[in-house]
Amino acid sequence: MSQPWRILVVDDEPDLEPLVLQRMRRHIRSGKYEFEFAGNGLEALEKLRADDSIDLVLSDINMPQMDGLTLLSQLGSLNQDLRAVIISAYGDMGNIRTAMNRGAFDFVTKPVDFDDLQITIERTVEHLRQWREATASRDKLVTLQNELDIASNVQQSILPDDFPETAAYEINANMVPARNIGGDFYDYVAVPDDRMFATVADVSDKGIPAALFMMSSRTALKGAAIGTGSPREALIEANRVLQADNPTFMFVTVIMAVYQPRSGEVIYASAGHDPPVVVRADGSAEQMPGTGGMALGIAPEAIFASNLTENSLTLAPGETLVLYTDGVSEAMNVEQEEFGTGRILQIFNGNPPQNAEDAMTAIFNAVAEFAGEAPASDDITCLALHRIASS
Amino acid sequence: MELAQERDAGTNVISPAGRVDGSNSAQFHEALVGALSDDDNRVILDMGGIDYISSAGLRVLLLIAQHLGGSSTPFAVCSLAASVDEVFRISGFNQIITVFGTLDEAKAQLA
Repeated sequence: MSQPWRILVVDDEPDLEPLVLQRMRRHIRSGKYEFEFAGNGLEALEKLRADDSIDLVLSDINMPQMDGLTLLSQLGSLNQDLRAVIISAYGDMGNIRTAMNRGAFDFVTKPVDFDDLQITIERTVEHLRQWREATASRDKLVTLQNELDIASNVQQSILPDDFPETAAYEINANMVPARNIGGDFYDYVAVPDDRMFATVADVSDKGIPAALFMMSSRTALKGAAIGTGSPREALIEANRVLQADNPTFMFVTVIMAVYQPRSGEVIYASAGHDPPVVVRADGSAEQMPGTGGMALGIAPEAIFASNLTENSLTLAPGETLVLYTDGVSEAMNVEQEEFGTGRILQIFNGNPPQNAEDAMTAIFNAVAEFAGEAPASDDITCLALHRIASS
Repeated sequence: MELAQERDAGTNVISPAGRVDGSNSAQFHEALVGALSDDDNRVILDMGGIDYISSAGLRVLLLIAQHLGGSSTPFAVCSLAASVDEVFRISGFNQIITVFGTLDEAKAQLA
């Protein structure tokens, strides 16, 4: 049973109170309405200050000490979520207009027709009910938005930013989500023998489900990278973990590479993901061959592993390995054209990157310049591993 | 989500049209499920009218494949636009969902 609506009747005529209680007795008994009474505006304000549960003020206009119109103008300062209905003399349009201008929700005229009053009260509390519902929904939405912002911060904060910089090589990376919570990520982790694993991944879809799957993907991939020797083995292991309990068919595409700084050797495997791009020391660039894998999370180990190979290449001094998501290659401009791999390969023409951050920044700038006013429809992620020219 | 459908002797050919991304993948899923029947002997999704599909859309295809796999109903897609075909190829979806070049090929070969 819901709370009764609480109505404060303000009138200096004492015979209104028994009349109201008599005519509304059915609704009072059923618990729908509860009435309070005040003899003038001042008394009403005192009651309202002492009791913030009043929903509706039903007030006469002409009263001693404080009239109904003055009371109306004071109601706003109470900062309470209530509505006022005015009782006026029949045909007193001047006062009715003033009352409405001061925020009265409705009015009834004297002599009071109780059927009409009943309808007016009904209409007013229904309005109040809807108003409160809308306010509550808005508050919920604001709370949810705040939580999403927090989730987005958490997500950004788990992306590492203590980028490795050694005498031999450096890494730089960035992820820019399309919505405030996304499904892309990058990661890197040092493994024995001075080697460094680097990963860029793209989880299906966006929003909270993607973000949750991203978290488990990242953990599975990192653990697998540390626990196994090669990108292919790591991807197979991570797929086993992710596919085991995945009734909603979330999936993640991954490009994973391991770098040996002494030799410059890179071994990489791509699971349903764009293969890496290598930027030569002269600024020319080429995309490396794919390795035949499929996205993680959707196929059992036997099928997943049978289609996945790995490739190797040697990064010469001054060269840069670029891992990216399709947020880069499929970025759209206002004419709905795709940025495309071709444009990625042109970015460093005549302007080879001097370090990892250069490479990263140039790619993000090129995408932003191409997209112009077109909003990003996908997260954009890019990781650059640069072998230092003098190494 | 626009969706045409044709049934011929137990072969259910569904032809969606437009773009499928995160904003309409739920409607896409609903429309496809609504177009399936327990009486279908096989289901062909003619993708000729789809000019873009995001990962959210690919996930819907997996759900449909899973749904039909439960009743061992053969399922294939056909007539992929070049960009959609590339997405299938790169993501490896062509390794777990049967793809035919044309609807005629799908009708002749899907069993």
